[in-house]
Amino acid sequence: MLKAFSNYKALNIYALYFHIGETEKKCFIEEIPDETMVIGKYRTQLWDKQTGSFLPATPGLGMHVEIKDPDTKIILSRQYGSDGRFTFTSHTPGEHQICLHSNSTKMALFAGGKLRVHLDIQVGEHTNNYPEIAAKDKLTELQLRARQLLDQVEQIQKEQNYQRYREERFRMTSESTNQRVLWWSIAQTLILIVTGIWQMKHLKSFFEAKKLV
Amino acid sequence: MMLSRNILVQVLWAYLLCGWTFGSELTFELPDNAKQCFYEDITIGTKCTLEFQVVTGGHYDVDCRLEDADGTVLYKEMKKQYDSFTFTAAKNGTYKFCFSNEFSTFTHKTVYFDFQVGEDPPLFPNENRVTALTQMESACVSIHEALKSVIDYQTHFRLREAQGRSRAEDLNTRVAFWSIGEALILLVVSISQVVLLRSFFSDRKTTTTRVGS
Repeated sequence: MLKAFSNYKALNIYALYFHIGETEKKCFIEEIPDETMVIGKYRTQLWDKQTGSFLPATPGLGMHVEIKDPDTKIILSRQYGSDGRFTFTSHTPGEHQICLHSNSTKMALFAGGKLRVHLDIQVGEHTNNYPEIAAKDKLTELQLRARQLLDQVEQIQKEQNYQRYREERFRMTSESTNQRVLWWSIAQTLILIVTGIWQMKHLKSFFEAKKLV
Repeated sequence: MMLSRNILVQVLWAYLLCGWTFGSELTFELPDNAKQCFYEDITIGTKCTLEFQVVTGGHYDVDCRLEDADGTVLYKEMKKQYDSFTFTAAKNGTYKFCFSNEFSTFTHKTVYFDFQVGEDPPLFPNENRVTALTQMESACVSIHEALKSVIDYQTHFRLREAQGRSRAEDLNTRVAFWSIGEALILLVVSISQVVLLRSFFSDRKTTTTRVGS
């Protein structure tokens, strides 16, 4: 019974999956406010040509996880096994990039293998494990529900704060475009007038020198 | 007797687990002429929702296709910017949904999708579902649901704002480059016009003097 349960649980956990090539790199973008925790869990299976199916667990096959912050600075670059769990907390708001690729050493041409990657990324409030929190802090059901609501509201607050920051950036970009359009239009009109005048003056003096006018 | 009890327990666990969700929300980049598929094992009777939005790229459209375990197409839309599709799983098995950018020749797109399967896991796994919730608890549940939809709206707002912001930043850099480029072209053209004109008259002068004498 336990085996059946664990099999079923193993099937259902990290439910969503996709296929990637053995040497392919797959990236996901998470746009998050600052001080937000992100937990990622993955499980990989390798395509077995002989049995024509995906092997349940492949020892020795690892995944390299690389996470970049909005300034494209690498905040996490680690190798994990075929089943892994990575976690990070953002310190700057913005687009973080989570990239996964297998540590297969074969060349791209020869590595015809396919990998099945089960992935589950939870952000912010979803990272909290409420049954665990209830057991640890010994909360009643009402207290736990209140705690969950507090976490949700905190996430909404953080997102609103991040929205204000994004709107400020957008406004600065628009104002910069406005300034640039204004100054470059004036500059180009001036250049046009100046080159026109120079052309006429130069040609006039040239033709006078050639005694054609 | 033991066997039937085992089977009963397995069925009960399966029933409990299929009611839980592992909703996945991911943002990924879809290169031009590429197709990306995601798979999920769903049990019969589960209510699922697939929501997607194109964040950046080209005309902000993508083809989306959802197939059930037997390959029957449940949802198929071409060049859609945003959509939400709810369905109840009629069969057990692996459901597949694909995003395609094959109609695009050089623009790569960033696509966000949210695939919710079933209901949220209960706060207390050992909760006795038979007793009704008190008023406080049901108030908490309705606040929780309302906050979930607030977070969902925030996400969609953030994606639309990201769209506008990336266009504005594109515009800003393009204005800078093209203004400098145009100013240079203007100078080069006006100078070369004068030089060319001068070269015409220089040749003509020698021929006219030869003809004159």
